[in-house]
Amino acid sequence: MNELLKPAVEKISKKFNAKVSEFRDEVTLLIPPEENTAVAAILRDEFDFDMLSALTAVDYYPQTTPRFHMVYIFYSTKNKVYLNVRAPLNGNEPSIKTMETVYPSANWREREVWDLFGIKFESHSDLRRIMMPPDWVGHPLRKDYPLGWEEVQFTFNFDEIDARKPKGEI
Amino acid sequence: MREIQEFTLEDLRTHLSPRAFTGETVVLNMGPQHPSTHGVLRVILELDGEVIVNCIPDVGFLHTGIEKNMEAKTYQKAEVLTDRMDYMYAMGNILVYCLAVEKLTGLKPPPRADAIRVILTELSRIQSHLLWLGTSPMDLGAVSTFLYTMREREMILDVFELVSGARMMTTYIRPGGLWRDVPAEFEGLVREILKVLPRRMLEYEALLTKNPLYLDRTKGIGKIDTKTCLAWNVTGPTLRATGMAHDVRKANPYCGIEQYDFDIPTHTDGDIYARYLVRLEEMRQSMRIIEQALNKLPYGPIRDNNYKIVPPPRSEIGVSMEALIHHFKLWTEGFTPPVGSVYATIESPRGEMGVFLESNGTPKPYRIHYRTPSLPLLQALPLMAKGHLVADLIGIIGSIDIVLGDCDR
Amino acid sequence: MGIEQKAGNSGFITTSLESAINWSRTKSMWPLLFGLSCCAIEMMAMQASSYDMSRFGMELMRASPRQSDLMIVAGRVSQKMGPVLRNLYDQMPDPKWVIALGDCASCGGIYNNYAVYQGVDEIVPVDVYISGCPPRPEGLIHGILTLYEKVRGEKLAHWK
Repeated sequence: MNELLKPAVEKISKKFNAKVSEFRDEVTLLIPPEENTAVAAILRDEFDFDMLSALTAVDYYPQTTPRFHMVYIFYSTKNKVYLNVRAPLNGNEPSIKTMETVYPSANWREREVWDLFGIKFESHSDLRRIMMPPDWVGHPLRKDYPLGWEEVQFTFNFDEIDARKPKGEI
Repeated sequence: MREIQEFTLEDLRTHLSPRAFTGETVVLNMGPQHPSTHGVLRVILELDGEVIVNCIPDVGFLHTGIEKNMEAKTYQKAEVLTDRMDYMYAMGNILVYCLAVEKLTGLKPPPRADAIRVILTELSRIQSHLLWLGTSPMDLGAVSTFLYTMREREMILDVFELVSGARMMTTYIRPGGLWRDVPAEFEGLVREILKVLPRRMLEYEALLTKNPLYLDRTKGIGKIDTKTCLAWNVTGPTLRATGMAHDVRKANPYCGIEQYDFDIPTHTDGDIYARYLVRLEEMRQSMRIIEQALNKLPYGPIRDNNYKIVPPPRSEIGVSMEALIHHFKLWTEGFTPPVGSVYATIESPRGEMGVFLESNGTPKPYRIHYRTPSLPLLQALPLMAKGHLVADLIGIIGSIDIVLGDCDR
Repeated sequence: MGIEQKAGNSGFITTSLESAINWSRTKSMWPLLFGLSCCAIEMMAMQASSYDMSRFGMELMRASPRQSDLMIVAGRVSQKMGPVLRNLYDQMPDPKWVIALGDCASCGGIYNNYAVYQGVDEIVPVDVYISGCPPRPEGLIHGILTLYEKVRGEKLAHWK
């Protein structure tokens, strides 16, 4: 483990009972989901992690406990190190506290995660869809959402598929 | 077909000032089809006369489901989709994806491949900045720069075409190395660019740097400070124009870029003009890197020789049974990296670009997320635009150099 | 145009009027300045110094749909963008033409997924399709010249 990361990892793992894992020189902390803002505030204020480099989610469908992982990647411009923090979320309609209060840049990323994964962010200032139209049904990046394949037409089934294709009002 | 998305004042209550509801201020829609939004950005403006009171960017008009599409393809096939995200820095998109896959699988590309990667991504940075230098002043009314910069951009595209066969969407960098070695004419063409471009850059500077009209439109406009930049995760030239010398190439070097000697240009004003100066200097620094990389371009293989992951060279397939089997397995099944997740970053012309890649041990990426610089930049647009005139907003959007494909993916 | 109704279908004059107007339409076509994604960059390259589209009477790109008569759909059309595109097309005055530039606008290209229209012809009628991802500026010039040929062949009876 990188020497510069050690104090932060030790403190978080002790205080929040986080699980530490290492893969390819990257340290990942698995924290309880209700502590996400507390962890972020400590990382920002005490260990100089001044940027929230990335915020995303992973869907482990069909597994439901946990079904989702929120992934936060923090970056310190002083120590030049990354730290991954994950928060597991159970169930199909999960919710977690918003990170906006600690890192304002989380605003749009959380809207993106809400739009594409359907994870709710409690007390988020503006939780609207960002990528898809507002009347869209479903959350496309979930694993149970179909990719939306266009069928390939061959000579034997051309008419059958053609009848199903969207035509538009031209 | 669905309807156009329309907002009512009620929808935007949290963003607008109370004056919008009494009719004191005007709420105006700009985009998604607007000549200066560089693609399909929609901005909703609350105006007091000509002064911007509030500015609400609305993105997603170019959301193409690339991440989901990549999860449905094997690692090699997913690579093709990466070019189309930040289409001004296609080489970098692939590079960061390949860095993530290499980190995941433990591949080590040979030094020649690294050097060529650096040359090509820096050329790509120059061509992105060249297009920016053409279009950003054009929004402010200075059309002639565009005609000059596009001329030099073609020279760089010729190099891309020479190595890969395509002008923009190259897919030339592959996990473990490169698609093939560069042709013999490569060095000559790049050296020609290095010879011509510094002279031509003086021409651009003569058009803009001391042009009183350009100075009037850019100095003191769209200011932002370092602290706000970090909080809103704004990186790249916009951050460096505020005085912080943060560059992924120096902070977390990739592809052996640390062995080359270059500086990070900074400026302290944080306005449009500062970003212009920073980008101009960045082009010069990129040329320095390219020249050093060309001077000590090593000879040797261009791919890792782990044929479980990297396709064997074409010449071996005819003579080696093992190579044939590897080739067949790779292109039908793909390769299976170990379970785990990695995060790789590079410096794009717009800021830090990262890939979060998670594998579950199958030949397809389980989750792939692009951390793109344009999204935070656009998110911070209201902070830069408030209090300025509508005409200045156009300059500000141009100056942060957003690519909507990069933002929406 | 008012003149063709007055002149009527009287042989020699009409045919040359037809070709004269068709010719003038090809020589002063104003495309809509409407870039979506990657192909828009190649469209800009086509306008710029190396390829110079003004040789073919396309000097002006108009930002307002009400002043333009050619829509070049340069890039992928997402679900959110589709209605906007149709709205722009409806705002263009007749006669109007559409070029689908690139694979994504022609058939969805590599994006065979939930977010992208599988070809812009689901939304607006297309006159010329140009293949390539993205097409070279030469490809776009060829597509525009093909459209000119089509315009030159248009009949008075079908004018709108």
